[in-house]
Amino acid sequence: MNTKTIVIILVVLAALITGALALSGQQNTDISGRITSGERPAIAVVDMRGTGDAQTHMDAFNSTLWDELANAGVLKMVAKSLYPLDVPQRPQDFKPPTTATPARRGLPPPQPVRNGPWLTDWSGPPVSATYLAFGYTGVQDGRLVLYGWLFNTAQPDVASAQVIGKLYFGSLDTDGAKKVARDFAADILQQFGAKSLAGTKIYFVSDRTGHREIWSMDYDGSHQRQMTQYNSTSSMPAVSADGRMFAFTTYAGGNPQIRIHSTESAKRLPFYNPVSSVVETPEFTPDGKQLLFATAINGWVQICISNVDGGGFRRISNVRAIEVSPKVNPKTGADMLFISGRSGGQQLWRMTLDGADLQRLTSGEGDVANPAWSPNGQLIAFAWTRGYEPGNFNIFVMDVATHQPIQLTQGVGRNENPWWAPDGVHLVFSSKRGPSTQIYTMLADGSNVQQLTTQGNNIQPVWTNGVN
Amino acid sequence: MAHTATRTPLCASVYESYEPGGSFKMRMNMRTLCAAVFTVVLLLSVTACKKKVAAAPPPPPPVVTPPPPPPTPAAAARINTFTVEPASIQRGQAATLAWSVANATDINIDNGVGAVPANGNRQVSPNNTSTYTLTARSAGGMDSRAATVTVTAPPAPPPPPPPPRITGLDMFNRDLANGGDALFDYDKSDIRSDAQQVLTRDADILKRIFAADPSFSVALEGHCDERGSAEYNLGLGDRRSTAAKDFLVQLGVPAGKIRTISYGKDRPICTEANEACYQRNRRAHLVPGQ
Repeated sequence: MNTKTIVIILVVLAALITGALALSGQQNTDISGRITSGERPAIAVVDMRGTGDAQTHMDAFNSTLWDELANAGVLKMVAKSLYPLDVPQRPQDFKPPTTATPARRGLPPPQPVRNGPWLTDWSGPPVSATYLAFGYTGVQDGRLVLYGWLFNTAQPDVASAQVIGKLYFGSLDTDGAKKVARDFAADILQQFGAKSLAGTKIYFVSDRTGHREIWSMDYDGSHQRQMTQYNSTSSMPAVSADGRMFAFTTYAGGNPQIRIHSTESAKRLPFYNPVSSVVETPEFTPDGKQLLFATAINGWVQICISNVDGGGFRRISNVRAIEVSPKVNPKTGADMLFISGRSGGQQLWRMTLDGADLQRLTSGEGDVANPAWSPNGQLIAFAWTRGYEPGNFNIFVMDVATHQPIQLTQGVGRNENPWWAPDGVHLVFSSKRGPSTQIYTMLADGSNVQQLTTQGNNIQPVWTNGVN
Repeated sequence: MAHTATRTPLCASVYESYEPGGSFKMRMNMRTLCAAVFTVVLLLSVTACKKKVAAAPPPPPPVVTPPPPPPTPAAAARINTFTVEPASIQRGQAATLAWSVANATDINIDNGVGAVPANGNRQVSPNNTSTYTLTARSAGGMDSRAATVTVTAPPAPPPPPPPPRITGLDMFNRDLANGGDALFDYDKSDIRSDAQQVLTRDADILKRIFAADPSFSVALEGHCDERGSAEYNLGLGDRRSTAAKDFLVQLGVPAGKIRTISYGKDRPICTEANEACYQRNRRAHLVPGQ
């Protein structure tokens, strides 16, 4: 996708979403709100150069820096084709314009004399960027060093324009160049309240070995690794908030049951399943001490909770309806989303961990599945067939305060299993857009879709902070 | 030896008679001696007479024309080999007699084989252990040799197989493997009227099977079409298997014989995206238990 296409898509989406929000009368001010409202600060990111051997790795550096900033979804990336030819490499390169002669009566006012690059080259049209990232790299003691700056071009002078001026170090190779770029991008993104996703992990289910097993990968799809080896059907992973445990549903013991493993050693941890024909959809509470899940009681799958070893089992819901997929609010730890057929169909509901304050969040149309909380507990994402035939799920997000759903995918394939990235800006989901189902990421406004997996079928992604 | 034995005591008596102080005894012994000597002489004379007879001159040959010279005497028949292979057979099998005979004019094997050529072999199949004697004759003499075939009885045949016992699994595969599924509506676990008919028939068959084979049990699988979510469908499949089980139990099938398991949408029997296919997948399906 070229940058023009991206710009066009972003503009169109921004318009659509702004319209949707205007209808709902909402004013969002958090990060996700900025995405969905399209009010992102514009940034220009110049192609940087390196001295000596450092230049060899600058292609990797420049593309990584650009992608990291673009994919974060908090900035409007100004296309490089609009940039002036005279690109600064360090603050000294900026030369304020001077006025050669004083103005005289009866003559037109004198034009400022151009001495070199100046902030207005970037803040004015056609670039119209509020921020400018620039710098250069060199080799120091056999390592790659980046001299990176972020300027606010709206400021009147160089001294006050500097937002970031910092050195970044990495190994003198492609990996080092990418690492330096990611570090610089993380600092820039932090200025806008966005978190870098470097170090985060996505757990998912893949059948590429011939059996469904739990796998993990880095946020960008790299380092895909098999986490279980039951040669059975294992699915529906959940990861504890500290990243140390993952739970899932497996047929390894005959009927579907829950198992918990360590993420570091991959070893099985004790969990005593209730005696039941179905035990499924595990979910850790934010403190990692309890497990919510669904289990068949008297012929109906119900929401339950137990200690993380299976002791202290307690039934939460008690209704003649199928209830699955409990998801605890990560911010409060006190209320949960879940899917219930209690009103007919499969709809999205919310209640406290005691089963009180029942509330249906979806209209009753279609089928709903896979609820997921944003990290700040204000937004939720889920899959819904509203407006489509049964089975044709699309990804929706909803502000839990307003219950106003926004549809992010538009019937392209079957879209399920949305999960929020730790930055609260991205979503990961699965979609069948060809012969197989694969995992994709996108911004929470539905833009910037990127495919992470290719081998076999890959479903049910869960995006975590990684071990911390 | 008889002579020596007789003479030795005689001489001993002679020596004894010379012992000092026994004149009367000596006289008596002298008389015995004389008698013995006479006996010996007499005996020797008899022996001498015999020798004299053998040594007598042959009578004069008869005055006839001399006989034709005798034919060279015929060689004696000789059996070089006479074997039986194998030496031991089971009743009904055959063994081969093989022989090689020289100089014979008349060769016979008994036990019903009869006359045979000088070299040859013959298959025999005796019912019991038999000894075959090969007799070869010629003018010069005869020779015979025997060979024995040991006949063993064949092993007893295995006992006839017990009459086949029909297991619960056999009955299941015969009567329930096809078409025993109860079908359901989308997102429903109610037993429809068509499913009631299927399950009523299933219940009759199951009761018969469990009566015939008390060790047999079954599992009821609950399945869904692909359209619902994986999580919800696990619960829905469990509903369907439980509802079908409850129906069977109402009809008198023992509850303890039916295990339920939900496969959600993980094991479809049909993968096309149309209602006909979806309907086939929305089912409660009986399989043999473990």
